[in-house]
Amino acid sequence: MTETTAPRTATFVNIGERTNVTGSAKFKKLVLEGRYEAALDVARDQVANGAQVIDVNMDEAMLDSEAAMVRFLRLIASEPDIARVPVMIDSSKWSVIEAGLKNVQGKAIVNSISLKEGEEPFIAQARKIRRYGAAVVVMAFDEQGQADTCARKVEICKRSYDILVNRVGFPAEDIIFDPNVFAVATGIEEHNNYAVDFIEATRIIRRECPGAHVSGGLSNVSFSFRGNNPVRAAMHSVFLYHAIPAGMDMGIVNAGELPVYDEIPAELRERVEDVILNRRPDATDRLLEVADKYKGGGAKKELDLSWRRQEVKARLTHALVHGIDEYIDTDVEEARQQAERPLSVIEGPLMDGMNVVGDLFGAGKMFLPQVVKSARVMKKAVAYLLPYIEEEKAANGNGGQSQSAGKVLMATVKGDVHDIGKNIVGVVLQCNNFEVVDLGVMVPTARILEEAKAHKVDIIGLSGLITPSLDEMVFVAKEMERTGLDLPLLIGGATTSKVHTAVKIDPNYHGPIVHVIDASRAVGVAQNLIGENKADYVAGIKADYARMRDAHARNQVGRARLPIAEARANHAKLDWAGYEAPTPLKPGVTIFEEYDLAELASRIDWKPFFQAWELHGNFPAILEDDKVGAPARALYNDAQAMLQRIIGEKWLTAKGVVGFWPANSVGDDIELYTGEDRGTVLETLHMLRQQMAREAGRDRAHQCLADFVAPKGSGVADWVGAFAVTAGHGLEERAKAFEAAHDDYSAILLKALGDRLAEAFAERLHERVRKELWGYAAGEDLSNEQLIAEEYRGIRPAPGYPACPDHTEKATLFRLLDVPAAAGINLTESFAMVPTAAVSGWYLAHPDAKYFGVGKVERDQVADYARRKGLDLATCERWLAPNLNYDPDAEDRVAKVAAE
Amino acid sequence: MTRAERLAKLPEIARERILVIDGAMGTMIQRHKLEEADYRGERFKDWPRDVKGNNDLLSLTQPHIIQEIHTQYLAAGADIIETNTFNSTSISLEDYGMAELAYELNKAGAALARAAADEAEAADPSRPRYVAGALGPTNRTASISPVVTDPGFRNVDFDELRAAYAEQTRGLIDGGADLLMVETIFDTLNAKAALFAVDEVLEELGLALPVLVSGTITDRSGRTLSGQTTEAFWNSLRHVRPFSIGLNCALGADLMRPYVQELARVADVYVSAYPNAGLPNEFGGYDETPDQTAEHLRGWAQDGLVNIVGGCCGTTPPHIKAIAQAVKGIKPRKPAVVEPVMRLSGLEPFTMPAF
Repeated sequence: MTETTAPRTATFVNIGERTNVTGSAKFKKLVLEGRYEAALDVARDQVANGAQVIDVNMDEAMLDSEAAMVRFLRLIASEPDIARVPVMIDSSKWSVIEAGLKNVQGKAIVNSISLKEGEEPFIAQARKIRRYGAAVVVMAFDEQGQADTCARKVEICKRSYDILVNRVGFPAEDIIFDPNVFAVATGIEEHNNYAVDFIEATRIIRRECPGAHVSGGLSNVSFSFRGNNPVRAAMHSVFLYHAIPAGMDMGIVNAGELPVYDEIPAELRERVEDVILNRRPDATDRLLEVADKYKGGGAKKELDLSWRRQEVKARLTHALVHGIDEYIDTDVEEARQQAERPLSVIEGPLMDGMNVVGDLFGAGKMFLPQVVKSARVMKKAVAYLLPYIEEEKAANGNGGQSQSAGKVLMATVKGDVHDIGKNIVGVVLQCNNFEVVDLGVMVPTARILEEAKAHKVDIIGLSGLITPSLDEMVFVAKEMERTGLDLPLLIGGATTSKVHTAVKIDPNYHGPIVHVIDASRAVGVAQNLIGENKADYVAGIKADYARMRDAHARNQVGRARLPIAEARANHAKLDWAGYEAPTPLKPGVTIFEEYDLAELASRIDWKPFFQAWELHGNFPAILEDDKVGAPARALYNDAQAMLQRIIGEKWLTAKGVVGFWPANSVGDDIELYTGEDRGTVLETLHMLRQQMAREAGRDRAHQCLADFVAPKGSGVADWVGAFAVTAGHGLEERAKAFEAAHDDYSAILLKALGDRLAEAFAERLHERVRKELWGYAAGEDLSNEQLIAEEYRGIRPAPGYPACPDHTEKATLFRLLDVPAAAGINLTESFAMVPTAAVSGWYLAHPDAKYFGVGKVERDQVADYARRKGLDLATCERWLAPNLNYDPDAEDRVAKVAAE
Repeated sequence: MTRAERLAKLPEIARERILVIDGAMGTMIQRHKLEEADYRGERFKDWPRDVKGNNDLLSLTQPHIIQEIHTQYLAAGADIIETNTFNSTSISLEDYGMAELAYELNKAGAALARAAADEAEAADPSRPRYVAGALGPTNRTASISPVVTDPGFRNVDFDELRAAYAEQTRGLIDGGADLLMVETIFDTLNAKAALFAVDEVLEELGLALPVLVSGTITDRSGRTLSGQTTEAFWNSLRHVRPFSIGLNCALGADLMRPYVQELARVADVYVSAYPNAGLPNEFGGYDETPDQTAEHLRGWAQDGLVNIVGGCCGTTPPHIKAIAQAVKGIKPRKPAVVEPVMRLSGLEPFTMPAF
């Protein structure tokens, strides 16, 4: 068990406490009145809202607790919506616990037992729990009483652990310690360190009791602030912020009432933190000083209400800058009543507020996720005003047209389906008063041009992620030229580059073409293309691109390639004679219908997630970064909250398929056979080989993936695998619903998380392939960090990526696995996968197999490759365009000139 | 061979090859077209209720028939035969007013199976034959209300089931069962009560008999009758550390495969599977031929999904013979290596992420 330093809220299990008579007055009333139908609704809501386990507690003096426990659990059993999650049977009375255990078919958690009455009853109860088949919460309580100091908590938990594991044979992973959360800030000095004691004890218990978990009931810690829910909630949030990294992985928490750590007003947060961490002797007094200020009726809403006392214009600005949409309708309504016309609210206070957002963003004081949240508020405000504007228009024939900065058409090009970046750019432009016409994904060129004319746009923006989209963008530029347009064209997306734009796209169009590297640049570029200095700006860009083309042409001369025969002679030489190829434990095709998202969530590689939001840095360090730490944390918290809902409410379905076939290499191809006799070829995979000339003395092999598979005739019975996974089923519908509710922030967040889950799925499946399905590394034991760093045997290169850059090979992969039927993933004409949150690739198992980039290849190899694939040269060149070391068009021109 | 000697050999045999369990008892009994009088025999000729259909009673009234069926399955190649005690709990026997016969029926049923197995062992001493004491699901469910209007009502509870299963377990062990098999589980809470009782009785007797657990996925929803998914079902029962977990009944091999596959993925113990001979036809019979069933099971074996195979409703000695031949020489599945993390369940599984 390693000590963790970063918040791991994805793995924190939240136990719903609303079906607990000691924790919920409402539930207690319903049970006491015998209104079990309504009591079931409480449980149902709780599960629908993402509770992963529900706590059932009937410890109430006025109740027959045993009978109530039995009745409620039996009723739950008839409600699939509730019964799908495990139950925590919570009572201080053993008889109630045992009655509960006799009425759950699933594996429950008992809460709780302890050494309070000595070892004998503790052991007897633990044995019974094991026999009933449940996990157990153990309180840090012994014959001397409840543990208050860190040392006592640790001592009792270790003693309990030893008895449970060594004498009862209780599985360590089924033990959950509750080291007692006690009230702090009580005015009694001895209590001041209670929270620190809990957190420190947690750290030690997780280390010394391997496998066991730590849980706790949060509400105790804030007991002194009864009646002041905002302060209590802030205390809970701060407590968790420190306890979770220490190893607290479960808790009875009312998640809905918990403020996000960063959203607690700084003053309150600092003073709460002083109390929780016992940082200064006067901490309690200082918290008391300000507590009343934050007191209010509700929990979190009243926390930062000071801004609500400002006048409406300032409130709107505050709401926009902070991305708070709770009051927007009220505030907009107030502004509307004060304004002459509804439109004036947009042109006046709302645009002023967005200008503040724009300035802060421009100055690097706000970050992309925050801006997208601001946009959400803006959209909701505009949506509120629209009916009034329409009404005015109907009344006097003139509602007025908002003065926009300009109109931009956005589209992901034909064959491509990726739109996260495009959507972000759209939102950022809207924030800066641009009107955006978003045509969505897979938009054919003809439609882009028609719509551009119909909407009289000022700028066209193209986006694409996969390499074939680059070619499509060239086509759009050519068509714009042919049809006589002179609108500016923006180029963006992960595979686009300034060089490609300058060399391949720009020469085809006389109008302005600008490559936009990220969303934060989009506004500046768009403003320049519309503003007064447009001519100078465009001339500058055109000149810059011309220089780049020249430089590129000069560089080409030096970038020599080897003839393919020589490159092949220098192939990677693996020791096949001494190699025994592992046979897959589970050959053939295996389908994963509905993969556990929770399992994937804990394996997410967060760094690319932050990159998608233009927050750069390593995870988890980025959360503490001086510059972007605060927005990164806020984004991370939103992501975690959404992940819990994705999992709890099954927003997404993850499907995958994997298969293995006997295989051998033949030159640069890999043959897959129908059976182990290797007599009949099922499919042939075509690979490309590096051709770059190496400097003298550098004799590294010219690599090709086929080198990593045993050659036919080597006598080695090698195998190759393939996989395709997606976490994107259900994503589009949900994202559209968000967009319909003017919530682009959540839509983009969801798509980014879907991508991450798909990647995590690919990574997890590869691990299971190594350990179970192919099974050549059964004993592998790597941490998530080591997994992300790829410290394992075998690779999973994806068609379209550097080691095998030809996207069309995906067709073979999809045939082999029947991916559309098995995992519900389809290919577009450009070989993009739909749903987009998907990953596919090959599995190669040789210990020397490594990732590499093929780089640029020469005409001789491409000609040979085209022959092997049975394609004509031109088609092949089109698909491999980004990898060609030559310009097929240029040579065509030369040939034409020569012919004339 | 004593029980202890036989059990001492089991781990090695299970590592080396796929074990074969027998086929249907009911299907074989039906062929004898027995009448009320045959069921009653001499001893129960004046019994106040009809007893035709109480197949377990035949262990007392027509013991030669039952033993002969066991012998046929052993000859077909079964390593494990199940006792004719599927309904021999005081709860199920109440239908015939025979609750008090429960212990006796179990003991007799186990003794008959053991006698047949002993003969087979005597003929080939190199090959141990195991008697699995069968504990069926009973005709009542602890998780489901029989009264539509009162979902909180139950006509049996955990303690009643536990007492009935304890009595059954004692009878089976006293009659000579080597293994205990809680099977055809359609309500996991019933099975938890059975396994609780088995654990208690074994502890009381100081014995450590292997326990086999087999659930029933009722249809293509992939769930038990009480609503659990395959993995949730396993999470509910894995605490008993059984010798094997598996599935039987309700489905033919083609429809059962995905769920067996799921168990093979998650279970860190042996996996058993004995499907029906297809789905019942319009006459309630089963049409799948021995070769068809065997071909499915061969595939499962080749794909490394199973350790124990056999048949349920509609399968006969020729089916078992074909199955035994089909899996011969194929390596048994290796139990999955699973991370020691907390795995809970409601109707669906919940795995606590490890960190």
